[in-house]
Amino acid sequence: MKVLFFASLRERLNCDQEEWTDTAGITSPQDIINRLIERGAPWNEALQNGKLLVSINQEMAHLNSQLEPTDEVAFFPPVTGG
Amino acid sequence: MIRIQKEDFNVQEEMDAFKSDCPKIGAICCFTGLVREFGDRTDLTGMFLEHYPGMTEKALQKIINQAHERWPIEHVRVIHRVGELNLSDQIVFVGVSSAHREASFAACEFIMDYLKVEAPFWKKERTTSGENWVEEKGTDQQRAERWKDQTTLKD
Repeated sequence: MKVLFFASLRERLNCDQEEWTDTAGITSPQDIINRLIERGAPWNEALQNGKLLVSINQEMAHLNSQLEPTDEVAFFPPVTGG
Repeated sequence: MIRIQKEDFNVQEEMDAFKSDCPKIGAICCFTGLVREFGDRTDLTGMFLEHYPGMTEKALQKIINQAHERWPIEHVRVIHRVGELNLSDQIVFVGVSSAHREASFAACEFIMDYLKVEAPFWKKERTTSGENWVEEKGTDQQRAERWKDQTTLKD
């Protein structure tokens, strides 16, 4: 499973992507967040506060959407283009 | 037609492309967005545009498909720039052609409104005192949501 971060979230985490091979128990984006939060700062601070958007395989999704082990999941702040 | 690029674009060339596309066109509606100072800020020097390659194109195509379902439009061109931009630079171009003006006006505004809330682009302002990410505006969300209640020309 590929996990991506963009914009201000990427900067706060100092991480743009991770490859997860151990996806046992990960069935939704919320499960990913829960596992990341256990790492402590800055993960818990960045992921618990503020509005977070998520996409699965490059389509907008919800935190409780169903995930497959081969999915690409991205987390990012609200978009501000245009 | 969707293009995500660092380079600037020429509005006249995009208009000309529409005209060579299809003889059925009676109207072309174009919107061009520029880098400007925000609110009370007068110290903006430019901005950095980040995007999510792959998802950006998919999100824009989905918005364009929705516009085609709602209005009798012919062609759509969307160009969004990424990377470093300066004050007054062109950021985004949305052009829609149709047989009549009503559909092209509406679809152009619809595409721009949804681009603002569903396409994965993020602006980071450069100012004389530092850099900061632009936060979402509630008004953008409201502008996109008002389309949900509207009937369309195809209904």
